[in-house]
Amino acid sequence: MSNLLRFFRLSAGEVLNGDWRYYAWMSALALITLAGINAYCVQFVHGLGTTGMSDHVSWGLYIANFTFLVGMAAAAVMMVIPVYIYHDHHMHDVVVFGEILAVATLIMAMLFVTVDLGRPERVWHMLPPPLGNFNWPSSLLTWDVIVLNGYLFLNAYVAGYLLYMRFLKREPLKLLYIPFVLLSIVWAVSIHTVTAFLYQGLAGRPFWHSSIIAPRFLASAFTAGPAFLILILQLVRRYTSYNILDGAVLRLRDVVQVAMAINIFLFLSEVFKEFYMQTQHVAHIKYLLFGLHGHSALVPWIWTALGMNVTAFLLLMLPASRKLKWLNAACVLAIIGVWIEKGMGFIIPAFIPNPLGEIVEYLPTYNEILICAGIWALGFFIYTLILKIAVPILTGRLQADTEPHSAGISGDKAAVQSGNLKTGVSPGRWGRDKAPSENP
Amino acid sequence: MAEEKDPQGAPFSHPKPYGSGVTRRQFLAVAAAGAAAAAAAALSPLRDFGGFPPLREMLQKHFTELTPGQKKEVLERIASQLQEKYGAAPQLTALPPMDGVQYAYALNIGRCVGCRKCVYACMKENNQSRDPQIQYISVLQMEKGNIDVEKSSIDYEGQVPKEGHYYMPVQCHHCETSPCTKVCPVKATWREPDGIVVVDYNWCIGCRYCEAACPYHARRFNFKEPYLPEKDFNPKIDYLSNRPRPKGTMEKCTFCLQRTRAGKYPACLEVCPTGSRKFGNMLDPDSEISSIIRDKRVYIFKEELGTVPRFYYYTDV
Repeated sequence: MSNLLRFFRLSAGEVLNGDWRYYAWMSALALITLAGINAYCVQFVHGLGTTGMSDHVSWGLYIANFTFLVGMAAAAVMMVIPVYIYHDHHMHDVVVFGEILAVATLIMAMLFVTVDLGRPERVWHMLPPPLGNFNWPSSLLTWDVIVLNGYLFLNAYVAGYLLYMRFLKREPLKLLYIPFVLLSIVWAVSIHTVTAFLYQGLAGRPFWHSSIIAPRFLASAFTAGPAFLILILQLVRRYTSYNILDGAVLRLRDVVQVAMAINIFLFLSEVFKEFYMQTQHVAHIKYLLFGLHGHSALVPWIWTALGMNVTAFLLLMLPASRKLKWLNAACVLAIIGVWIEKGMGFIIPAFIPNPLGEIVEYLPTYNEILICAGIWALGFFIYTLILKIAVPILTGRLQADTEPHSAGISGDKAAVQSGNLKTGVSPGRWGRDKAPSENP
Repeated sequence: MAEEKDPQGAPFSHPKPYGSGVTRRQFLAVAAAGAAAAAAAALSPLRDFGGFPPLREMLQKHFTELTPGQKKEVLERIASQLQEKYGAAPQLTALPPMDGVQYAYALNIGRCVGCRKCVYACMKENNQSRDPQIQYISVLQMEKGNIDVEKSSIDYEGQVPKEGHYYMPVQCHHCETSPCTKVCPVKATWREPDGIVVVDYNWCIGCRYCEAACPYHARRFNFKEPYLPEKDFNPKIDYLSNRPRPKGTMEKCTFCLQRTRAGKYPACLEVCPTGSRKFGNMLDPDSEISSIIRDKRVYIFKEELGTVPRFYYYTDV
């Protein structure tokens, strides 16, 4: 118990102290979050009429971001599979970054659904009886509530347990985390499948009513998620003493490469099905790709996204992307491309034209965009905060016997110099080795 | 520790908190005051918030789970709230479905002239918001020779009927296998024993999943606080039907259950100048609706979706 208190005290010291860039980054995020809260207060008082949504396009940017973020969360599993199933030690120590990412993105995803509600104060109606009136198993939205919360718990638990054991310098008990890790692998696939079923189950929306949606979601998630982690891992090793080997980054490159290839393939497969026979249902994808009866709000977006996806794919296929500079470019392109393609590019066209053939376009309002920015900023805030605690634990600087004074003051960069980044020696497995800076 | 031994290696290391002119305590005090001011500014739009409903209303159970006593209490509370808001004392009912009745609607597509009288009669009867205007019925002006709604127009103007066109009003189809009730995460919308699909406006969380699921564009969401002038308020209301709705909830056609469960016709039918609209109990073999379904050329809109609507289109020929 005293260890736990100590953990919280030391963690608090850790997150309150940092260099000027840490403060600048966190202040900027806090300000954007506050702007988002301000915008949400406006929406809360005046209703969802403050957004660009209507009875015609009844879901917009919120649900688009939700969809993308569920994918990011699911993709955390791509770090876990090689480690625990194939015993790939390149990835062993970076797995926790994926799990923390899952926690942050899930919180964001849930916030995006919450801000989309017309009556957020009634959200308790979603509880099972006798309190609420949960429509399970009929409504896929109730499935989503279950799997998202379950996945949040699994990732928070596994990451928390492993980090805490490392903090205590104890070997984690396999029985206490391996079953949960294996469960989380299956669970990760389930969260994105359920989210896809949410849409593909609706026969009245032909654009969504396609059995290829769940595989497409998984492919695009396994593109954007690991791409994001490639960038994060490099930032972590640049700004802290935590040593991440190129091997881990390049292993993720393999994942992004294959996932992007499948993603593009499945998209083309959908395009073929829609255009070959040109049924009435082709209207939606026509609106998306070329515009319909003079309405073409999404056209520049989707072509940007497709251009980015294809460029990213080509880069990833070239040996040049074994160089981090090109790999990073490909990752940025892939993340933005997927965000547009499976966000706005997937949610909005299903509503245009509406089921009665009417075309009403959707344009998010300034207030709506601010709320989205606020949630994204809060997500980055949370992710940074957890990393700020996790990284020193991983390097061994923050441990149960650390002096409280030295805990707060970052010596991460110093440790890089005196440590073993250049030698390429991994800082070791969970809780077994000492911190690199303490090596002779 | 390493950082003290090797300052060169720590170009971005944290400035010593006690080194500068400001103490940590002072800095934190300023930071806390700034944060409090920023938080207050962020929350300032809440000043316009009218406040939450009374706690008893917020904790109200799902309509089907209310005991008769609770139901009475709820109806009294809503009636007094409405009286305060609209001046007139409402006659608020919660009419139960009748035994042995299954409602169905039939629309004579050969007769409808597209005058939209039904649209506005519906709005008056059902206390829809006038600003923004909410309408339950969409009248499609279709091109003769096809049934492709994408070639239809909904915002036609001028004299009707127009040459070369026919008219197809669409409203809630009260489907037997209704996609909207299937997807609702909280069972705030359901199908009553007489076939009418209703919404509990006090239970709906406003996620709009039902609106995404509906193939007939029949549902309407209160994106803003509905505005209904006092003079337009229809005081003959029912809990599951035409009582004024709150912001952030879903609403739709209820076959005017406040009228039909009391043995009257829906408002849209009564106002129709061409007699294109027919309504009744499809379990009664002698009813007009039964004879239409039995004897006329009847078709079902988007039949391939398997929604099994209680809304039929027919022609006399």
